[in-house]
Amino acid sequence: MAHRIYVRAAGADTRARVRKAAIARLFPGAAVRDLWLVDNYTIAGDLTPEACERVRAMLTHPVIEEGAADRPLLPARFEYSFEIAFLPGVTDNAGRTAREAIGDLLKAPFAPGEDAYSSQTTFLAGRLARAEVEAIAGAFANPLIHHIEIRSAEEWRAGAAAPYVPRVTLPEPAEVCAVDLDIPEDALLRLGREGIAGPGGGRRGPLALDRESLLAIREYFRRCGRMPTDVELESIAQTWSEHCKHTIFAAALDELEDGLYKTYIKGATAKIRAAKAGGDFCVSVFRDNSGAIAFDDEYLVTDKVETHNSPCALDPFGGAITGIVGVNRDAIGCGLGAKPIANRYGFCFAPPDDDRPLFRDEECRQPLLSPRRIMDGVIEGVNVGGNCSGIPTPQGFVCFDPRYRGKPLVFVGTVGLMPRTSAGRPSHRKAARPGDVIVMAGGRVGRDGIHGATFSSEALSAGSPAAAVQIGDPITQKKLSDAIVKEARDAGLYHSITDNGAGGLSCSVAEMARECGGCVVELDRVPLKYPGLEPWQIWISESQERMTLAVPPDRLDAFTDLMARRGVETAAIGRFEASGRCRVSWRGAVVMDVDLDFLHDGLPRKTLASKAPPRPAPDEPDALPDDLGAALLGVMARPNVASYAFISRQYDHEVQGGAVLKPLAGAGEVNARATVMRPLPDRPRGIVLSQALFPSYGDLDPYAMAACAVDAAVRQAIAAGGTLDRLALLDNTCWCSPYEPERLWQLKEAIRACHDFAVAFGTPFISGKDSMFNDFAGFAPGGAPVAISVPPTILISSLGVVDDVARCVSLDFKAPGDLVYVLGATRAELGGSEFLAWWGAARRGRPYAGSVAPLPSARSMSLYRAYERAVAAGLVTSAEAPGQGGLGVALARQAVAGGLGCTVDLAALPEAGRLTDAELLFSETPGRIVCTVAPGAREAFEACLRGEDAVCAGRVTEGDVAVMRGAAAVACASVARLAEAYRRTFEGF
Amino acid sequence: MASPKVLVLTGYGINCDEETCWAFARAGGDARIVHVNDVVDGRVRLADWHVLAVPGGFSYGDDTGSGKALANRLRNNLRDALWEFAGGDRLVIGICNGFQVLTCLGLLPSPETRAAAVGLSHNAQARYECRWVDCRAEDSPCVFTRGLGTIRIPVAHGEGRFTTGEDTHAAMVARRQIALRYARPDGTPAGGRFPCNPNGSMDDIAGICDRSGRIFGLMPHPERAFHFLQRDDWPARAAALRRAGEPLPAFADGQRIFANAVAYFA
Repeated sequence: MAHRIYVRAAGADTRARVRKAAIARLFPGAAVRDLWLVDNYTIAGDLTPEACERVRAMLTHPVIEEGAADRPLLPARFEYSFEIAFLPGVTDNAGRTAREAIGDLLKAPFAPGEDAYSSQTTFLAGRLARAEVEAIAGAFANPLIHHIEIRSAEEWRAGAAAPYVPRVTLPEPAEVCAVDLDIPEDALLRLGREGIAGPGGGRRGPLALDRESLLAIREYFRRCGRMPTDVELESIAQTWSEHCKHTIFAAALDELEDGLYKTYIKGATAKIRAAKAGGDFCVSVFRDNSGAIAFDDEYLVTDKVETHNSPCALDPFGGAITGIVGVNRDAIGCGLGAKPIANRYGFCFAPPDDDRPLFRDEECRQPLLSPRRIMDGVIEGVNVGGNCSGIPTPQGFVCFDPRYRGKPLVFVGTVGLMPRTSAGRPSHRKAARPGDVIVMAGGRVGRDGIHGATFSSEALSAGSPAAAVQIGDPITQKKLSDAIVKEARDAGLYHSITDNGAGGLSCSVAEMARECGGCVVELDRVPLKYPGLEPWQIWISESQERMTLAVPPDRLDAFTDLMARRGVETAAIGRFEASGRCRVSWRGAVVMDVDLDFLHDGLPRKTLASKAPPRPAPDEPDALPDDLGAALLGVMARPNVASYAFISRQYDHEVQGGAVLKPLAGAGEVNARATVMRPLPDRPRGIVLSQALFPSYGDLDPYAMAACAVDAAVRQAIAAGGTLDRLALLDNTCWCSPYEPERLWQLKEAIRACHDFAVAFGTPFISGKDSMFNDFAGFAPGGAPVAISVPPTILISSLGVVDDVARCVSLDFKAPGDLVYVLGATRAELGGSEFLAWWGAARRGRPYAGSVAPLPSARSMSLYRAYERAVAAGLVTSAEAPGQGGLGVALARQAVAGGLGCTVDLAALPEAGRLTDAELLFSETPGRIVCTVAPGAREAFEACLRGEDAVCAGRVTEGDVAVMRGAAAVACASVARLAEAYRRTFEGF
Repeated sequence: MASPKVLVLTGYGINCDEETCWAFARAGGDARIVHVNDVVDGRVRLADWHVLAVPGGFSYGDDTGSGKALANRLRNNLRDALWEFAGGDRLVIGICNGFQVLTCLGLLPSPETRAAAVGLSHNAQARYECRWVDCRAEDSPCVFTRGLGTIRIPVAHGEGRFTTGEDTHAAMVARRQIALRYARPDGTPAGGRFPCNPNGSMDDIAGICDRSGRIFGLMPHPERAFHFLQRDDWPARAAALRRAGEPLPAFADGQRIFANAVAYFA
């Protein structure tokens, strides 16, 4: 039978208070008078009353909690309760910990079929209708992963119900089937679109294979003289997916025979490395899970940025935690294994107050989650994933646009550190060897993530695991990560390692098999979360927290023993060989046997053509605001400019002890555009990180959008103390409707800009990732179709090495009297600016797009070099790279951060005669740095900058931020009011 | 004597082991990271060490309550060895999650009772909070906080709200077991006010010791405040010092906590 332990706070329950406040915000009409939370641990297994009591005592803190075994803890007076539990098969971390702890306490492990599960019950007091309670519960649960039980006080009084036990029960797996591809073309296309037919006549979910791919597969198996098995077809579909093969970036496009990726991204890096010659710091680019550059003579630093957009649209918390914990494995699986030393994030959301209802289905039964709910869940997911893993999260941003309503963009990245040599081997190289044992380490395999976001309602029936949505388990991964990068790697216990991400074993094993030329796998040896998985599911499941390793037979015992002692499960599931084939067996029968060459290179290459869309009509305001001081306050409060300290503060950015320039600068706590860390405490060297994106420019000019992102990512790092000598870039391209020729043209323009400016600055791309299908096709209430595509978005992240972290420069003003310099020219480039967005919103309810997008110049290179020299000489006391909001926001941010004002004269700028006040103050012209210099350093600083666009435009003061033109005030605001505007937007988030 | 041997525990989601070990070593200790299971298995004997450090982290992901599951693992497997160690002339420090573990075990505040008497519950704002705070070392027998005065040091936790019964609190005050309180920058008590008191802790309590002063637990992270360039305000301070032509200091305030531990065995 099932037992249940109930635990609740003994005194004030702050979680209950916060939940009550959330209900008050979400349901202003709901009369919730009081609220209590009870954590439940359901133990499906036989326990003696004495054992049950010991478990209760163990799970209950005697001072701050009270607990009960098999006796519900009911509040004295309440009207309703709702319990939120996980559906069968959904990762339940608290349940897993309870199971481990109970096993350790009773010195008796759980028997097969027994388990522990966690859930939480919320008791509500107040005059509430059942429907209201259902709505409230729905705001905290997600039907894709949660089971909800609502009970009234009367129902409780009638007796406690038997505890809900989300045990997975699956029928005995079906036999492997052969799939006939010699079928009419429409049937073949349907197979690619909807998947292999299941036993009940339904479809398994899309293979996402197009006509050309299906014909290539048919041709291959015709040559083999047999039909493919379902395992083979599913496996090929995974390996050939857009996600794995990046078919659009690889396709021939117009005159680019080699495609965008080879021509522009890889091409740029090749040119830069050749030009740098002896100064080339790239060590491993594009070929591994992360890119790697030199840190110093002994260490390498790695970096990778991923997206997890679709999963976050379905389940924001689960999607985000899985994303961040997943990209950690891109460090752990880089070379022989790098230790994750920093996480980054970037969230593109619709404005959180956008509450128009939208649905996935015409019947309006599957609502889209609200932007606020997505925002809260994603932020929380990265919080738990990063914090629990002990990886600092110094760097991140938020970005808002109504077109992220259909799908948010969730960028997650991880920086890693590894010694250049490990156990006498170069650590960035790895190769499985014939005879090596294939070992899977970490989590077990369930139906998680199979066919990703495609979700059929039959998958939700009782007893079947929710397959589409996953929840990361950071502790299982932490144990695995520590055991690998702190012990097994340097003991030389394996030859190769890679991550199990998209496509699971089918991709990781087949990828490693290329290193030696073949593999043979026995699926029966793969540890499963629950019985009943079909062989194709075991092979392609994306269950998280797993690495695949190539372990030489003579080290297998040592490796297995070490992992066991670290609480990490491992299984030898096959061998690498030199057969040229990928062979898989199940229950003694061969279920897959294909040529590795076909598996990896059989995918037909596409040829695409782009077409320039008509230029957008100028969208300029007919008048500009009179009061630019009010405009400055308004722009400071824009969601794309305002403080998101509430995120920075809930992400541990100090763990590992390396934070130098932190995410919040100065006593005024302003979000920094670049952060610096020192990964090795005994060395002065550091790592500088920054990120930049300007989706609002893309509508006007996609080339400018990407060029500005490259420039800003570089410039922010330089402003903080980085150097062009050792600065690398990562590109993340999130597009929409990529087969439309106009979208392709925009893509081509953007990627061309990435190439041009990376080459101009000598900053190579070392890694990247694209996500091409960020479109939503759904319905408004009543069933009217709605299509929303994200604005084409390019994120550029920078990773640089600095020689001496003590020379790095934070953005906060330091002392009254310091001289304020504006470096770089300002141009009339208000297109896509936050200023026009603010003015349009204030004046007509929607932003003005403007007409001229900012465009950087390759000539900025010499200015950046000159500025680098000034920083190296210790002449700069604060610096900011203006971005969204231009010069005005840059000065305001420096003032708020330092708690000091400034007086700046726009007439001092060389462009003052040609540009309006608004253009000077709010143009987001790239290529500029605003910095301060102590009066005594004036000559030395100006000597460094000789010949560059550099003017002293004012001074730091103890008064207001006062922007003048000669004697006339242009925009004035007190530091306190600017700080209030800056912090107001996300207050209470 | 030679450098004291410092055992820095790791495993199951402890994640501040490397910087804690580095801090002890830099302060002159002979520090090593040891996995919990190697102690449980008897490969490493507690009796061979002078200092036991339970670092910060997320043991067992804080599932079932912070510190609880790791405390259970230690209690179920090492109870006698732990109390024998703590009863000798040794030092024990628990930082953040390690503090939560020591309180769940009952090693703090009164090891002789072997029972948990204080708790660290969800922050008043019910959210993880990473920020620098000021703390004042109180008059106490605590070895680690000797001569500390007011220090600046970071906290980073979701469950750090010190909670106990009034009787226990009064007894701890009477026995001078409140070793560290959250304070305003001038050293006066935070008075329960956020952000100086970052979690709503009772009586601004940030750290406590046992009656002997050899067992110490605190929510703030001294290992993250070891050198000057770790301080949150170092850029402003460095600018002022450079302007005055003065050199930058090497250390931040947390360093002295480790130095005190090493000095105890000198």
